[in-house]
Amino acid sequence: MTLRARQLNVGDTHSETVAHNLTRTQIVQYAGASGDYMPLHTDEVYAREVAGYPTVFAHGMLSMGATGVMLTNWVGDGRLTDYSARFTRQVWPGDDLTATATVTAIDSIEGQYFIQLDITTVNQNGETVIDGKATARIDP
Amino acid sequence: MAEYRFPVDASQIMLFARAIGDKNPIYHDADYASSTEVGGIVAPPTFTQAAAQYDPGFPLRPRIGEPWFGSGREPTGAKPKEKAGDAGKGEGAIGQSARVLHAEQRFQYFRSIRPGDVLTVTTRPGKRWEKQGKRGGTLKFSESVSEFRDQQGELVLIATMVGVETGQAVSQS
Repeated sequence: MTLRARQLNVGDTHSETVAHNLTRTQIVQYAGASGDYMPLHTDEVYAREVAGYPTVFAHGMLSMGATGVMLTNWVGDGRLTDYSARFTRQVWPGDDLTATATVTAIDSIEGQYFIQLDITTVNQNGETVIDGKATARIDP
Repeated sequence: MAEYRFPVDASQIMLFARAIGDKNPIYHDADYASSTEVGGIVAPPTFTQAAAQYDPGFPLRPRIGEPWFGSGREPTGAKPKEKAGDAGKGEGAIGQSARVLHAEQRFQYFRSIRPGDVLTVTTRPGKRWEKQGKRGGTLKFSESVSEFRDQQGELVLIATMVGVETGQAVSQS
């Protein structure tokens, strides 16, 4: 899919569910794929008894990766030029995540159009887990 | 300044896409990918996190024959030292990593990453700053900036990681 500057307006949004009832197994899968084996994310005994958390929690980068699914589904593959995120709250097993991008600006630089996006990912309680920004190349 | 090579292959891209819950065929179906604008399999936007697999000094990977700080017979194996050492150097680094949480991440993209790329990763420390925590105590933030360059030396991606050092577990609510 291709976004076109002439069809977009500041304030337009796109939203997707990017995790539903997040499993400990998916967190383990992410540890294996990324190589980040921090036991806080995959080792229930360590997370509870040593680190003092109620259970394991997802890598921030799993949430950023899942949020990126919404982004690339909307702006297209190979279109992002910048993507940043702040991890504002932990993501726990069982969480549902909804990621939303909001257009904050549409720019043209030397004939190439870009959209600026604000990104928010919330859990099932409406609490923000990721607060971010992205820029993508779009068509005229 | 640490430097290492990160060879990108199609199976790693497929596994990474599965782990983030992305079923986009651009990450595993070469026939489909060849018919798209990007013209072939590309990596998802956060894929360079997998470079950790190739980072010889990455502290959050168990080393064969060495103690690991996750649970085995006991809830924890190696005890992190109180005084953290340099990142990537032995037990001090593990102790440090166990208290550092990922606070922010930024990626700047210059071109798509594809299977067959052999990227050279160069990491240097960035800014450092402190902030008062909501529940008291000082939060220490530090940046780590990694440049990913291809075989021609062209810049492909810049990843900036911001870590925050905490003294205690963050509460759930």
